[in-house]
Amino acid sequence: MRSVYMAELEELNKKMISMGMLCENSVAKAAQSLVGLDRDLAAEVVAKREEINREEREIENFCIRLLLTQQPVARDLRMISSALKMVTDMERIGDQSTDIADVVRASSLQKIPEGLNFREMAESVIHMVTKSIDAFVNQDAVVADAIISYDDVVDSYFDSIKGKLVGLLKNDKSDTTDMLDLLMIAKYFERTGDHAVNIANWVIFSVTGENRGVQGK
Amino acid sequence: MSTILDVEKLNLWYGDHHALKDINVEIPKNRITALIGPSGCGKSTFLKTLNRMNDLVAGVKIEGDVLYNGQNIYDPSVDVTWIRKQIGMVFQKANPFPMSIYDNIAYGPRTHGIRSRVRLDEIVERTLRDAAIWEEVKDRLKKPALGLSGGQQQRLCIARALAVEPDILLMDESTSALDPISTGKIEELAQQLKEKYTVVMVTHNMQQAARISDECAFFLLGELVEFSATDKMFSTPTDKRTEDYITGRFG
Amino acid sequence: MSVKNPELSAEMPALSDSEKKSAERRKLWNINANFWLCFCAFLTMALLVFLIGYIAYRGVPHLTWQLIRSETSHLKHTIGILPNILNTLYIIVITMAIALPVSVGAAIYLTEYAGRTKLANIIEFATETLSGIPSIIYGLVGMLIFIQMFGLKQGILAGALTLVIMIMPVIIRTTQESLKTVPDAYREGALALGAGKWHMIRTVVLPNAIDGIVTGCILGIGRIVGESAALLFTAGFGLVLNGFVKAMQSSSATLTVALYVYASERGETDVAFAIAVILMILTFLINRLAKLAAKKLKKV
Repeated sequence: MRSVYMAELEELNKKMISMGMLCENSVAKAAQSLVGLDRDLAAEVVAKREEINREEREIENFCIRLLLTQQPVARDLRMISSALKMVTDMERIGDQSTDIADVVRASSLQKIPEGLNFREMAESVIHMVTKSIDAFVNQDAVVADAIISYDDVVDSYFDSIKGKLVGLLKNDKSDTTDMLDLLMIAKYFERTGDHAVNIANWVIFSVTGENRGVQGK
Repeated sequence: MSTILDVEKLNLWYGDHHALKDINVEIPKNRITALIGPSGCGKSTFLKTLNRMNDLVAGVKIEGDVLYNGQNIYDPSVDVTWIRKQIGMVFQKANPFPMSIYDNIAYGPRTHGIRSRVRLDEIVERTLRDAAIWEEVKDRLKKPALGLSGGQQQRLCIARALAVEPDILLMDESTSALDPISTGKIEELAQQLKEKYTVVMVTHNMQQAARISDECAFFLLGELVEFSATDKMFSTPTDKRTEDYITGRFG
Repeated sequence: MSVKNPELSAEMPALSDSEKKSAERRKLWNINANFWLCFCAFLTMALLVFLIGYIAYRGVPHLTWQLIRSETSHLKHTIGILPNILNTLYIIVITMAIALPVSVGAAIYLTEYAGRTKLANIIEFATETLSGIPSIIYGLVGMLIFIQMFGLKQGILAGALTLVIMIMPVIIRTTQESLKTVPDAYREGALALGAGKWHMIRTVVLPNAIDGIVTGCILGIGRIVGESAALLFTAGFGLVLNGFVKAMQSSSATLTVALYVYASERGETDVAFAIAVILMILTFLINRLAKLAAKKLKKV
């Protein structure tokens, strides 16, 4: 039994969970800051960016050192190499949340127009991020598969919001800058969903060895 | 990918101890096949059944067939010295004879009737080149073989085995007693040899198996647990016992 | 500088009175034992020196050229031990010619072919027991079998055959030990190249065991030279000079038997001591030769 090695694999797991939670929180707070137009909350999200980046680098270095010292094979190799790829997506999720918070803070928006289901979209995205990290922790390919399919839901929210924003812009009744801000925020949420799908794909690789390729950045 | 050795229902007993249990495997031609497994699992025993070196052990009983190009090597009518010429072996510890380098290489051919000085010279040079050691020893062929370093002695033994022109080369942990540089040279050598020969090697070093072998067989307690392409075995093994062994969960 | 621990100090601790007394006793005991051991070694050396010295003193003056070159003649009233020297040589040649191939063959069989079987164990036990039997019994048996049963006449042939039985265990043992020192790795290596078993033995094992075999032979010859009891009734007491073939079937005394004859039956103790000197020189030479051969052959 390689007890040092086993302990290190455990630690990798813990680090991944910790970073996962950071990202989940960022997304949740960014969504909340949007819905409540709470600029102070947005500032908190922005402040967290450095911490997320630092954790990404830490986990990367940890994985590379594990590859060097323990020469993992099979299940372990898949787990470590997919962790290496996943932290990139998690860091990007952090970035998207920060971008949303930045827009919220800089925007002059006073109220979210009726009929734009940002709350539902945000909840779906938060659900995807949470579940993808759960799937990694539990090495559960079934949950990962479910997330990949669920992305369609998020995409359809985006299409709906985009369509309504186009309508509002044509009506010329609202501030163009504000509408464009909302479009960008919607896009950021949609990209977050894509990154959650990437994480789910890497989980499937870790569990089954099947490499399905990832969606574009 | 054709098969050169077809092992069917092979069982082996050392006295009462059932050392090999119902082994069925097809060794492919011109490939490197690695045999891995924990100590005492039977991989060296299995290797030695392939050239009937186990016949030398007192109290051994063998059942089953080992078909070499279709012919069972355990058939009583088969000449065992011919089998050992066709299926050569390199041992864990280099064992050059206490003779000159030239005589070591020439021993095999002379045993099989080649006396002509010209032919022997040619064989000695060719096999020493094949074993990537010609440049190092060409000026001291008449010097004792025991004066060479460990890594050189082992390459000499490989050349000696090649001198009788076998089809298959069996390597029984041939690099485990060597330093990393010598090991590296022999690993490269094995990869070149597979163009003309078939290599079956027992190894304790899993990185070595992953590095150079094409096919891999995992033995445990006398059974052949899994046999698959090396890439597959080391990334997505089928049997949990295989995975547990190669990831170090036991053994 | 840190404070040093008094218990771990490097100085010698002060001794109490009783401790000093036992230290003294131990010293005396050591000196005592040393002395007595040296004395024993000295005694052994002294015995050897005395033995050699006395024999040389008694024998060398009578060691004449004429003694060695001629035959005892009643007519001329001279004594010559040439026949005995020749008889010794004849018997060495015949004995070794028969014993060597048979013993080496047996040793090869036991070591290489028979392995750990019951038969091999019995044969090994037999050879070990044979080497412990007193040589006079060999003489008796030799006489009964070769002379009475086979009908041979008392002579070098009967004597040689008796000696063959006697030194076979010696040569078998030393050959076996020598064969066992050849590493199995060589045997495996040769067999793995497709060599047959006998070919492997002939080309790889024997050349490497040759030093031990030669040593065994030389020591066997030493035993032959020194043997007397076994030859008394088988080779006989004859002091006549014979050719090789005639000696086979005529009573012929070797040097050792001649020593006995001259000393006890003829009362020529001077001659006996002279023969003793020759035998001692021969023994010494044979032992040196054995050591030299082992060293020389080992280098190959």
